[in-house]
Amino acid sequence: MEKLENISLTGRKKVLEKKPMNFLERIYLPSIVQGLAITFKHLFKKKATIQYPEQRREFSVNFRGIHSLKRDEEGRERCTACGLCALSCPAEAITMIADERKPGEEHLYREEKYAAVYEINMLRCIFCGFCEEACPKQAIYLDGDIAPADVDRKNFIYGKDKLLEPLLK
Amino acid sequence: MSEKYKITIDGVSTEVEPGTTILNAARQIGGDLVPPAMCYYSSLEGSGGKCRTCLVKVSKGSEKDPRPMPKLMASCRTTVMDGMEVQNLTSPEVQEARKGVVEFLLINHPLDCPVCDQAGECKLQDLSYEHGTEATRYEFNRRTFERIDIGDKIQLHMNRCILCYRCVYVANQLTDQRVHGIVGRGDMAEISTYVEKAIDNDFSGNMIDVCPVGALTDKTFRFKNRVWFTKPVWAHRDCDKCCGRVTLWYKGDDVLRVTGRKDEYGEVHEFICNTCRYDKKRTKDWVIEGPAKVERQSVISANHYDSKVVPVIDKR
Repeated sequence: MEKLENISLTGRKKVLEKKPMNFLERIYLPSIVQGLAITFKHLFKKKATIQYPEQRREFSVNFRGIHSLKRDEEGRERCTACGLCALSCPAEAITMIADERKPGEEHLYREEKYAAVYEINMLRCIFCGFCEEACPKQAIYLDGDIAPADVDRKNFIYGKDKLLEPLLK
Repeated sequence: MSEKYKITIDGVSTEVEPGTTILNAARQIGGDLVPPAMCYYSSLEGSGGKCRTCLVKVSKGSEKDPRPMPKLMASCRTTVMDGMEVQNLTSPEVQEARKGVVEFLLINHPLDCPVCDQAGECKLQDLSYEHGTEATRYEFNRRTFERIDIGDKIQLHMNRCILCYRCVYVANQLTDQRVHGIVGRGDMAEISTYVEKAIDNDFSGNMIDVCPVGALTDKTFRFKNRVWFTKPVWAHRDCDKCCGRVTLWYKGDDVLRVTGRKDEYGEVHEFICNTCRYDKKRTKDWVIEGPAKVERQSVISANHYDSKVVPVIDKR
């Protein structure tokens, strides 16, 4: 009868043999020298890190950063507050209030309805890009920077003042 | 006459009263085999036969005359014969024809769903999602109209109208004097009204409910919110003019709009008056019955967590 701890049900069990250490192993010096050699080798290698705020890495082409609400070629807001971004948002980070375009505001808004309030809670946003995919008007893109840190929760709710693309002069 | 007619639709048999249309026979069976209908409205007499979305193939006319009908038939207007066999989903011909009908309906329909208040509960949206092609083959300009105010509560977007005539039947059958109808013929046909005679009948608001698209919309709800962010709740009140059984559409604690109760085919059976529709938008006006039954696949049921609220602290 074999001992229970030696039975291998998967056939992959390896029995670890604990042999007594020999002299070189006992004085530990070769291992220390080996470890230090690796450490000192890295001093002469290229650094893996960068000095972040001064130096920046290039984003990949499909990087998803802060959202921006787009304008069309005439500088009118593209968003019509259709709510599909908010519907597709898995984190429920987007809220909006629609309003009707008044006569004389045609240069400001593209369609007869526009988003009077458009808010994204950046604490909830997971930057999945579903809003960008859902948008039928190409009005929202996650083409911005990394969302900055803050100390106050209410500063993470980004309104149109922060999201809307600035007008090109 | 107590004799019942046997009808087989897509291989499913049922027995119906003589004089039933194929569409209503299919609705008695229920499920996926029910043909879609844009213009037929069960509670409006004489509706149907205009949009042709409910076309089906009658592969066997009746027990006595088993020849198939030569053309696809509008199921809302064709009555059942004994032993009739009908194909809807099982006939590729019907599916192809329906795709063509949807393309025709969309010829002049603007794809302004992101702006339209009907989006989310629009029959044409569902239909084009199911049967429509991605691009239009129509090369000419769509016909365009200015927005018209029918009274101070209803807005008519003639661009979106598919000329189903449902609202005209509402005006004919529910209100005592009709002030709007269809003017012009063929491509020139449009819903029109004598604007000075703004509709002030108590039941005029029902044309909003019967409109299958967003041509007639509630101005008190205009751009307030998207349909799928509001929560439908059934409620009733004592009304001396109508039945008072409605659906309230809540956003948070506010009633954004009041509509009639629609069944699974989007049809209202108990029409409501304008007082209930426009003037009673506070919770205390109503007795709440419970959440409205919404199809699980509907966008309206999205993001609603309908699980029962269990109180954590037992108040005894």
